[in-house]
Amino acid sequence: MENNVVLTMRGITMTFPGVKALDHVDFTLRKGEIHALMGENGAGKSTLIKCLTGINAFEAGEIHVDGIEGPVVNHSTMDAQKKGIATVYQEVNLCPNLSVAENLFIGREPRTRFGTIDWKTMIRKSQKIMDDLDMNIDVTQNLEEYSLALQQMIAIARAVDMESKVLILDEPTSSLDDNEVEKLFRLMNRLKSQGVGIVFVTHFLEQVYAVCDRITVLRNGQLVGEYLVEELPRVKLVAAMMGKDFDDLAAIKSGETPDFSHAEVLIDAKGLSHRGTIKPFDLEIHKGEVVGLTGLLGSGRSELARVIYGADKNQTGTLKVGGKEAKINAPIDAMNLGMGLLPDDRKAEGIIGDLSVRENIILALQARRGMFKLLPMSKQIEIADQYIDAVQIKTASRESLIKQLSGGNQQKVILARWLATNPDFLILDEPTRGIDVGTKTEIQKLVLKLAGEGKSIMFISSEIDEMLRTCSKLGVMRDGAKVGEITEDLTQEHVMKAIAGGGSNE
Amino acid sequence: MSNIKKLTSKRLFLPVFCMLLVMMVNILFDLFSGNFPFSFFTISVRNGVLFGRLIDVLNRGSEIAILAIGMTLVVSSSAGTDISVGSVMSLSAAFCCMLLAGYGVSSANELAVPLIVGVLAGILMGCFCGAINGALVAYLNVQPMVATLILYSAARAVGLLLCNNLIVYVRDDSFKFFGGFCGFIPTPIVIAAICIVVVSLVLKKTALGLYVQSVGINKKASRIAGLNSARIIFLCYVVSGLCAGIAGIVAASRISSADSNNIGLSYELDAILSVALGGNSLGGGKFSLAGSVIGAYTIQAITTTLFAIGVSTDQAPVYKAIIVIIIVAIQATPLKDYFRQRSAKKATLKGGAVR
Repeated sequence: MENNVVLTMRGITMTFPGVKALDHVDFTLRKGEIHALMGENGAGKSTLIKCLTGINAFEAGEIHVDGIEGPVVNHSTMDAQKKGIATVYQEVNLCPNLSVAENLFIGREPRTRFGTIDWKTMIRKSQKIMDDLDMNIDVTQNLEEYSLALQQMIAIARAVDMESKVLILDEPTSSLDDNEVEKLFRLMNRLKSQGVGIVFVTHFLEQVYAVCDRITVLRNGQLVGEYLVEELPRVKLVAAMMGKDFDDLAAIKSGETPDFSHAEVLIDAKGLSHRGTIKPFDLEIHKGEVVGLTGLLGSGRSELARVIYGADKNQTGTLKVGGKEAKINAPIDAMNLGMGLLPDDRKAEGIIGDLSVRENIILALQARRGMFKLLPMSKQIEIADQYIDAVQIKTASRESLIKQLSGGNQQKVILARWLATNPDFLILDEPTRGIDVGTKTEIQKLVLKLAGEGKSIMFISSEIDEMLRTCSKLGVMRDGAKVGEITEDLTQEHVMKAIAGGGSNE
Repeated sequence: MSNIKKLTSKRLFLPVFCMLLVMMVNILFDLFSGNFPFSFFTISVRNGVLFGRLIDVLNRGSEIAILAIGMTLVVSSSAGTDISVGSVMSLSAAFCCMLLAGYGVSSANELAVPLIVGVLAGILMGCFCGAINGALVAYLNVQPMVATLILYSAARAVGLLLCNNLIVYVRDDSFKFFGGFCGFIPTPIVIAAICIVVVSLVLKKTALGLYVQSVGINKKASRIAGLNSARIIFLCYVVSGLCAGIAGIVAASRISSADSNNIGLSYELDAILSVALGGNSLGGGKFSLAGSVIGAYTIQAITTTLFAIGVSTDQAPVYKAIIVIIIVAIQATPLKDYFRQRSAKKATLKGGAVR
């Protein structure tokens, strides 16, 4: 072990049922550094943190902490804390109705001779901690009196005061505004100068470049690499996270991009937004156009689609469908305007597991007809058979339960469900995730065929080449905002640069 | 062999099997005590009306069967139970009798309002209670158990309040009809039959059944597919309240009074049990209305059998519990798997011997 290293994790492996969540991941944290842990959603960042803090039990690998002999295995967060590993989560895990001092010393209150709590000492010590950190806080006030940012910082102060050598900050900035983030960074830098090793988990690229010294990138549960910040410009970071190196990949040019600027506008969003997830955006989609949404996972791609479809309540701004202003409060409103949404989380939001393939196919059509106009059984069978044949669903029979089908065939059933409603505008959110290559190509062909029939499609995918092949326009998403549109020069390189954004670090 | 397998794999096989088991006990008991072995099934006509143990089961089981209909929908759509139905029965009965007798009157020989007004008001009261439960569960996302616990404890007391703390007697013959006889058949049997047929028809002719199951299996996906999940759950609770209202009127009519403290007492448990005995998962999703109805009558058959055998009212719950444990165990998946494995083993052993 280098002598300035406070924490090493070697060959950490862990499986969730059916998925290898972590596969021989190494991680090294040095004294007095801020180390970013990066990766797309599902890359294994949280799992790695949880293995470290004892929430998850890992199957193989070793953890070493400076000053402790032999490998360390934590069984709980308390356990980890005793060994000097403190964690502050996205949501503040303190008691808002207790005073700041009580929160700082909860579970380790100073005692008097008689075993009662020594309030005087507690308040004096608390005030000192706050003053040391240049925080202007009255420790006798209830925690809830202070802003979320300050609460976050109090949580960090508590963690640090417990003589932590390692401080893990799991998405601490996601609910803070710029000013508050600035304050937090100052605190982080201060702790860094005191020799604390900080693990910083975030998906905001700018922040990584603002405070971090080193970056470790994970992808699909595997270690991509550890880099010094100066050595890894933004575009390379994005490439590492997404597993695409555009220098190596020959840029794939799509064919002639059709010009849709004169075509009829089907969807026209102006300042559409959803509180908390998506900042206001404008978007025009023409008839017969395939529009892609690109960006890192968690950048707001799905959320943008869901705002248009009304899947999440409280949309604000205006949305015109076919020239007429539309107010969409629930998915059924969107469906009545000729929309359909194939959600990215097939299991949670797509399939109705215990119903048959037939019932799953006719469900949306039936929902649009209303409860009292039940499709006659003969018609249901006809529709089910027609689409089982059309999109080639491999199933034992139309009465098989959908949960017995493979992932790709389940996806085709959901696709069939929407095709049966004959939509004008179909949103496909990660339609090809977890699907074999053959089916992927089928779905891409289907998308182009539907567009050829005059239907508009919104196509969301993590695979850029897939979108380059199908889309004529790409919307670029970053941190919950639509930051641009690419209509010309649709190349892998161009798109990845757009995703990474910000010229300063290139 | 394959025919038997086909039969046992049918969804309703076990509920029906359990019902037959209870009947079997009756036959054996009668056989050993020297009675006519099939006296359970004997139906005679006395005083111009049907009489017999089977008729008694069907008659007394009416309320549970009616409640089981609503409970089935509630369980399927929300994966929770409506434990307020017994109390709501009592409230509906109290409201109906209070209107028929007039407020503050403890015993009325003449109706204060037309019969139909009182009865409909009682049933509507049930719907109203169901709407309260439904709003709490569907729109405020309160857990079904907690939401219905409110009316479980309150409805009975509200009923007493409406009746001015009295047991209100309605001694008019027309009111006795609902718990009496319709021609030669006990009216409760007819009412239960109508409820079952109407709900079955609605399930068959509209998409309600598909909607309820879809929401019960995956609420989020159903919403994305265009269903108003919350409204469907709400509707199921209203139907459950409606059923409780109807059952309350029948129960009140049987005794010509609104005995708030006793009408529908612990009926909610029997209704929930009916759903479970009918082979329905209390975790929501797919359901079989026929199963629940069979379950309801099975419970009543157990009770009637115990009384026929001569078990006292106080001890009956003990025997009932034992029988229910057996029935539920038969249907439990781990036990089913165990038997399946054993028979598979036997089959392979046999196969080996032949070779």
